[in-house]
Amino acid sequence: MMYYSRLRMASVIGVCLIGLALCLPNVIRQPMASLPWRQIHLGLDLRGGSYLLLQVDMNSVTADRLRGLQDETRQTLLKNSLGYRNLTTTAHGVTFTPRTPEEAQPDLKALRAMPMNVPGEFKVEQAEGGQIALTLSAEAARQRAYDAVTQSIEIVRRRIDATGAIDPEITRQGDDRIIVELPGISDPERVKNLLGTTAKMTFHLVADSAIGSAVPPPGVEMLPMTDGQTKLPVFSHVDVDGADLTNASASIDQQSGEWAVNFTFDSTGAQEFGDVTRANVGKRFAIVLDNKVIEAPVIRTAITGGSGQITGGFSAQQATDMALLLRAGALPAPLNVIEQRSIGPSLGADSIRAGGYSLAAGFVLVIAFMALFYGRFGWYANIALLANLVLMTAILSLFEATLTLPGMAGMLLTLGMAVDANILINERIREEVARGRSALQAMQAGFERATGTIVDSNATALLAHVMLFVFGTGPVRGFALTITIGIVTTLFTTLLLSRMLMVRWYARTRPSTLPV
Amino acid sequence: MMFDRPLLRFVPRGTKINFMRGRFIGLATSAVLSIASLILFFHPGLTLGLDFRGGIVVEARTQGPADFNAIRAALAAQHVTAAGVQSFGGPDDVLIRLDTPPDSEPDHEARTQAMVDSVRHAIGTLPGAQVLRADAVGASVSKELFRNGMLALGISLLMILAYIWFRFEWEFAVSAVVTLVLDLTKAIGFLVITHFEFDLVMVAAILTILGYSTNDKVVVYDRVRENLRKYRTMPLAELIDLSINETLSRTLGTSSTVFLAALPLALFGGASLSGFAWVMLFGIVVGTSSSIFIAAPLLLLMGEKRLRRDARPPVRT
Repeated sequence: MMYYSRLRMASVIGVCLIGLALCLPNVIRQPMASLPWRQIHLGLDLRGGSYLLLQVDMNSVTADRLRGLQDETRQTLLKNSLGYRNLTTTAHGVTFTPRTPEEAQPDLKALRAMPMNVPGEFKVEQAEGGQIALTLSAEAARQRAYDAVTQSIEIVRRRIDATGAIDPEITRQGDDRIIVELPGISDPERVKNLLGTTAKMTFHLVADSAIGSAVPPPGVEMLPMTDGQTKLPVFSHVDVDGADLTNASASIDQQSGEWAVNFTFDSTGAQEFGDVTRANVGKRFAIVLDNKVIEAPVIRTAITGGSGQITGGFSAQQATDMALLLRAGALPAPLNVIEQRSIGPSLGADSIRAGGYSLAAGFVLVIAFMALFYGRFGWYANIALLANLVLMTAILSLFEATLTLPGMAGMLLTLGMAVDANILINERIREEVARGRSALQAMQAGFERATGTIVDSNATALLAHVMLFVFGTGPVRGFALTITIGIVTTLFTTLLLSRMLMVRWYARTRPSTLPV
Repeated sequence: MMFDRPLLRFVPRGTKINFMRGRFIGLATSAVLSIASLILFFHPGLTLGLDFRGGIVVEARTQGPADFNAIRAALAAQHVTAAGVQSFGGPDDVLIRLDTPPDSEPDHEARTQAMVDSVRHAIGTLPGAQVLRADAVGASVSKELFRNGMLALGISLLMILAYIWFRFEWEFAVSAVVTLVLDLTKAIGFLVITHFEFDLVMVAAILTILGYSTNDKVVVYDRVRENLRKYRTMPLAELIDLSINETLSRTLGTSSTVFLAALPLALFGGASLSGFAWVMLFGIVVGTSSSIFIAAPLLLLMGEKRLRRDARPPVRT
């Protein structure tokens, strides 16, 4: 207890020096590119910026799959020369009535042989009354959401990168959510609009014969125009898919002087586009984006070059954003923003100032308290406290952790709690001195007895904050992380560093009485 | 040397305060406060923050003192209704609150988000005004955040119980956790009275209080356990008193440093942190006093028979 070998002393001092070195990246520039230079990031609440929580629209994902399933069912039945009536989609599946009760068994057999996206995706059963029902499983729905998020993250990143945002963070949360953090962007409206658009572009022929009829014939859909007032009947069949685009850009049309979006197809798309336009000269071709008709120009000649232009009365911003969306690709499903938090830069600066001053003032108060009430050993505790601050900063830098306002509060509280261990030791030494022990015995007993208490009390605090880190969200996690790190550094600085200072002082001076 | 010896002393050496004599007063006071807090919890109830209530809060700074009529008019022009506009902080700071559409409506999440943009546009029409902060939390998210927050609280309490149980006898664990629950109710009462918004940051504050309070109890209990071994025939009441007196200087010392550390935060920490810090300060006072006046008497009540069983003089045959 009262002996520190040279090696042990060197390692304690070494750790402190390494900690000091690790703090450097936060205050000075990187001298060499080859040197690892990790620093603490400021959270959005300190530097300003936006946080968006996006959720994949599961209804839409399910509806898409159900439409596909209905299609597959129809085709499977037709291929097997089986008949059906009332083929419809329900909330979780597809139902139909077999042509005759005898066909039910062949129906079931044929449908059960249909390929599934994941094993056990749906089950085929005959319900009461002879109806046959295909039901999607909940597990498959979750898997679809998960896949949709995986695909969406890449597209979300491409879209956000295209806006020129600096250091955006895009991460998955749970099965069906995406977190987007945008430092420096305190008004996320444009990004929100960009992410709120699926940007699924398709080209359909217009069903001119159905114009004016109230109920569209089979295979024709009434789609709204972008003006939101009129509707246009188009064939449901997708002639060309926007997924085959290779490039899109916004420019001003030379003839009309209006903003337009130019697009280029890859070879498959160009081939299809050429074929369709060649076969349908004189007909109208609708350009549909997210189930809205942007425009439906008349095809004048076959377009074989694989490129085209959309003019839809765009503003400059609309044309730029649309080109951006087409370039980045379509989202597999719509994303809904379910949480948004944005902080302006001036508020962030205010917070840094307020937090910084409080941190400094709290630090000074604690140091003054320890000096006044514990004298020399109090100063040793203060040195340990300073080392504690350095080590906390070092570990946070090493992890490239994000410092939030609650995180700063966590640091402050750690510093308040850190001296507890020193107080425990000092009080114990005082007691032992009062009992008439010699200086050496008192210090020895103080360290020995206090250590168990220190470990116990810190372990409970550690438990509480690890829980907070695991179950907390957002800024609370930052708070829990700093305190958790703080507890570890506190154990080091109090049990090893401040004790070493006390032991060294004793070894140097051999006092007969202790300054307690 | 001036800095060698301590200049001040908190507690005079060798106090012999008879805390256990006032144990029923302590328990009764605590019970009254906790019951009052529970009543406050049900009526009027906690002021839920944005995290748990859902909705929209926009903080804006206007040029010169805020003109509420102009702000309301600008909001009305953007078709934003039912907006609560109030001042907060300085005279040029305003807080605009909106309720989210009921979650029975199909597109309530999208409309919540659209409403934030409308408020932004409204602020944009006021000369020199800027948005400091804009938060919108949908109904589904707020429910989830609330559930997670409560889960974190519950599990932390259980873990603390388990740890103390593992390290001490069960009387210690049970009286510690009962005391923690009493502390918790008082903190909730404090939140109701002060109208501090109960949100995720407050959950963090409460967990920190609980952590601190546990820490304090562990130190006293540790000494009780040590003294149980040391003085094998001392009556438990006397022994607990002795343990509290021996640790009193440390108890007050540590609570003072934590208090001092949190005090500047409460005074200058700004709107978002001062509520947190005040709850911390309240918790430090409650947590420190409950170690002495609640946790120790509870231990005495529960352990009077059992903990001193081995202290009986051996029976002669």
